[in-house]
Amino acid sequence: MNRCSLARILAKTLAWFVLFNALFAWANTPDNAGVSALGQLSLYNALWPGRLRLPYGDDPGRAYNISLYSLEAMFASHVVSSRPSVEFRVFLIGDSATWGWLLRNEETLAGQLNALGLRAPDGRPVRAYNLGYPIMSLTKDLLILRHALRHQPDLVVWLVTLESFPSEAQLDHPIVRHNAPAVRAMIADYALRADPNDPRFVTPTLLERTLVGQRRALADWLRLQAYGALWGATGIDQHYPERYEPAQRDFDADLRFRQFTPPELPKSALAFDVLDAGIRMATEAGVPMLIVNEPILISQGRNSHLRYNALYPRWAYDAYRAMLRAHLAQGQARYLDAWDSVPQAEFTNSAVHLTPRGVRLLAEAIAPAIADLTARR
Amino acid sequence: MADVALAPSLAGRYTQAQLRNAGLFVLSVLGIYVLQPAMPIRQMDFWLPTAALLLAVVVWAATAAADRSARALIADGSGIAVVLLGIAGTRYIEPLSTLFTRTLAPDVLTVLLALAFGGAVALLIARLIGPRPGWTWGVLAALVALLVALKVEPLTQALAGALRAWQGQSVAAASALDVRWLGFSYLFFRLVAALRERAAGRLPRMSLREFITYALFAPAWIAGPIDRPERFLRDLRADFCFNLADSMEGGRRVAVGAFKKFVLADLLALFALNEVNALQVRGAAWAWLLLYAYALRIYFDFGGYSDIAIGIARVFGIRLPENFSRPYLKPNLTQFWNSWHISLAQWFRAYYFNPLTRALRTRGWPAPAIILTGQLTTMLLIGLWHGVTWNFAIWGAWHGLGLFIHNRWADFARARAMPEPPALQRALGAALTFHFVALGWVWFALPDPALAWRMVATLFGL
Repeated sequence: MNRCSLARILAKTLAWFVLFNALFAWANTPDNAGVSALGQLSLYNALWPGRLRLPYGDDPGRAYNISLYSLEAMFASHVVSSRPSVEFRVFLIGDSATWGWLLRNEETLAGQLNALGLRAPDGRPVRAYNLGYPIMSLTKDLLILRHALRHQPDLVVWLVTLESFPSEAQLDHPIVRHNAPAVRAMIADYALRADPNDPRFVTPTLLERTLVGQRRALADWLRLQAYGALWGATGIDQHYPERYEPAQRDFDADLRFRQFTPPELPKSALAFDVLDAGIRMATEAGVPMLIVNEPILISQGRNSHLRYNALYPRWAYDAYRAMLRAHLAQGQARYLDAWDSVPQAEFTNSAVHLTPRGVRLLAEAIAPAIADLTARR
Repeated sequence: MADVALAPSLAGRYTQAQLRNAGLFVLSVLGIYVLQPAMPIRQMDFWLPTAALLLAVVVWAATAAADRSARALIADGSGIAVVLLGIAGTRYIEPLSTLFTRTLAPDVLTVLLALAFGGAVALLIARLIGPRPGWTWGVLAALVALLVALKVEPLTQALAGALRAWQGQSVAAASALDVRWLGFSYLFFRLVAALRERAAGRLPRMSLREFITYALFAPAWIAGPIDRPERFLRDLRADFCFNLADSMEGGRRVAVGAFKKFVLADLLALFALNEVNALQVRGAAWAWLLLYAYALRIYFDFGGYSDIAIGIARVFGIRLPENFSRPYLKPNLTQFWNSWHISLAQWFRAYYFNPLTRALRTRGWPAPAIILTGQLTTMLLIGLWHGVTWNFAIWGAWHGLGLFIHNRWADFARARAMPEPPALQRALGAALTFHFVALGWVWFALPDPALAWRMVATLFGL
C-alpha cells in the first residue's frame, strides 16, 4: 500500500461522505421534510406505552422527557396516535396549565375529566386527551390542532388566556419558528396576519439539511425513543421539584400589560385571526369546539385592586374578556368563561398553574359543557 | 502488501521507531495532565498527574533490572523535567494557561522544587531497594496502601482534608469526591505487574523513558487494557514504520469503539438501571428492561473504550491485549470471565490467584477448598477494587461463588465423561449465564444493599 493508495482511500471516503450528506439533504427537502417524516417512526404505542401528554422537558435526565421541534415525533409518541377504541374523543389544547405543570398525569385536566367517568348519550365513554403544550401562543395551539385533527377527535376543547393572544409574540417560540412550513401553510390557508417571511422563521440552509446539519434533531428523536422506556417503567414524564416559588400575590402599582397602557388594548393587537382560524379548521373537519377562557389567579394581595396577578393588570384582562365574549358571541364555537372558577389558594407557581384540587374545580366547571356537546354530536 | 514509510525520518537522523517512541513518551506524560479533570482542591489537576509520574519513576527506580546508564538517565530525566516545566510555564502565557491542565498550574519554582524532591526520592529508592529485589514488597505495600486510601471513603475523605490543608482550603468541606485521580487504578495494576515481574526475575531491562511510556501509556490510561511490561516492551522495541494497513485497522477499531461508547452505551445510559429509577420502576417486566439496558450499557461503554484504546495504540504499532470477546454469548461463567475484562482477569490470575493456589496446594489443602478460596477471594478483590462498599463485595462474592459452582460442575461432568452439550443446551447455558451476570449487576449498579435487595424483589415480582 503506498501514498497513492492512501490518497485514493481518503478521496473515496470524502466522496462517500459528501454524497451521503447530499442525498440526505435532497431527501430532506423542502424544509426538513425527510427528518419530519422520520418522526412518524416511533417505539411508542408499540414497544413503549404512548405518552399521556406531549413531550416536553427542561431536565430530561430527571423528567424522562425531552423537548423537540418535530410535531410528527411528538404526536407519534402520544397515546392519541394509538389505534382508537370505541370512545368519544375529546382533545384538550392549551398552554402549560392544560399540559399540567407540576401535576401528575392523573391530576391534569385530561386526567380529572377522565376520572369523572362521563359518557356520551350513545354510551361511548368520554376520553379526554391532553394535547396541551407549555408555551403561550395561539399559533402554537393552531399548529397542534392542525396535527390533532388527523386523529379523529369528536370534540376539541381549546383553553386560552390573554397571554397567548398578543400578535407580535405569536412567532417567538422555538416550536413555532422551527415548524415554518406548517405555519406558513396556515398563514396562507387561513389568511393569518403573520408575515410568512418573518425573519423569526427558521429555514434550514442546504448544509443544515444534511445529516451533519440535522444531527441534533436526529439525536433528539433517538433520545425521545430511549426515554420512552423510562416513561413506561416509571410513569414519570416531568420533574417535580420538592419546593417551588409560589405565584406572586403582591405587586407594584404597575398598570402595563406588555407594551400597552390603560385604557388602550386594541383588538388588532391580539391574534383573534388565529382563534378564528382554529374554529374554522375544526368546523371544516366537522368537529365541534369548546373554547374555555382558563382560570387565572385573582390575588388579594398588595395592589390587587390594580392587578389580578403578575401577568395581568385588571384593566387589560377585563378588556380582553369583554372582547373575547363579544367575538365568540356569533356562535361558531361554544364558549365558557372559567376565568374565576378557581380560588387563589389553588394556584401553584404561576397565575395559571393549578393545584390538583384547582384542576378538579375546573374539570367540574367544564364537564357539563362537554356533556352537552356530546349530546349534540 | 508492502509497508512504505509515510513520513521520512527527521533529517534522516532518527528512525521512525525512535521518533514514535519519543512521541509516545511525550504524549503519555502530557496525556495524564490533559485527561485529569479539575477538582475542588486547588491545583490537584496538576499534582495528581505529577504524583502518578513520580510513582512510575519510583517503581522504575525500585526495579534493579532497570537500565540506568547515566547518559540515558540524564536524557530521560531531562525530558520529564522539560515536559513538566513546559506545562507549568503555560500559566504565564494567557491563551495557553489551561491547555494541559484544567486550572492554572503551580509556578515554575514550585515545580522545580517538586522535580528536585521527586529526583531525590527516586535516587534514594534506587539505592535502597534497587539492589534488593525482596524489598520491592515495601513499594508494593505502599502502592496498596495508596489504593486503599483512594477506595475507602473515610480514608479518601481524610486524604482530601490533608490535601485541602496543604492548599490552605477549608478542611471542614473535605469530601471523598474531592480526590478523583483519573487513571490511578490502572496505573496501580501496571506498576504492581512491574514489581512482581521484577521479583520473579522476569522484568526486562527498561529505560526510564520506556518504563514511563508503559506505565502512563495514554490510550490505555483511563480504562486499560492492562498490558504486561515485557509484552509492551516487545512492541516498543520492534522495528516500526507507519503502516497503512495497521493505521486502517486501528482507525476501524476506533470508529467501532466510538460507536459503541458514544451511540449505543450513551443511548442505553438514558434508561439503564440506576439508584433513582430503581425506586421508581413499576413492575417486574420493566425492571428487567432497565437491568438489561444496564448490562448492555456497561458492556458497550467499557468495550467501546477498550476498542478505542486498542485502535489508537495499533496506529502506533502497539498491539494492546484484547479486553472483551463476546462475553454475553458464553455458555458458562468461567468462559464469561475469560472474555470479560480479560486483561484484568489475567492480571489477577497471574499475580494473585496462581500464587495463592500454589501456596495453598503446598500446604496440603484439598482441591475444592483451594478453588473456593482462590475464586472467592479473587472476585472479592476485583469487586472491592471498584470501591470498598458492601455492594461491590456482594457482587464479587456472587461471581466467586458462581465460578466455584461452575468449576465443581465441570469437574463432575468431566469425571463422568459427559458428552459436549448440544447447541440448544449451549444456548440455554448462555442465557442462564447472561442472567446470572445481569443479576450480579444489580449489586454493581446500585449504591446500597437495601436498595439492591428491593430491586431483586421487584425483578421477581415480590
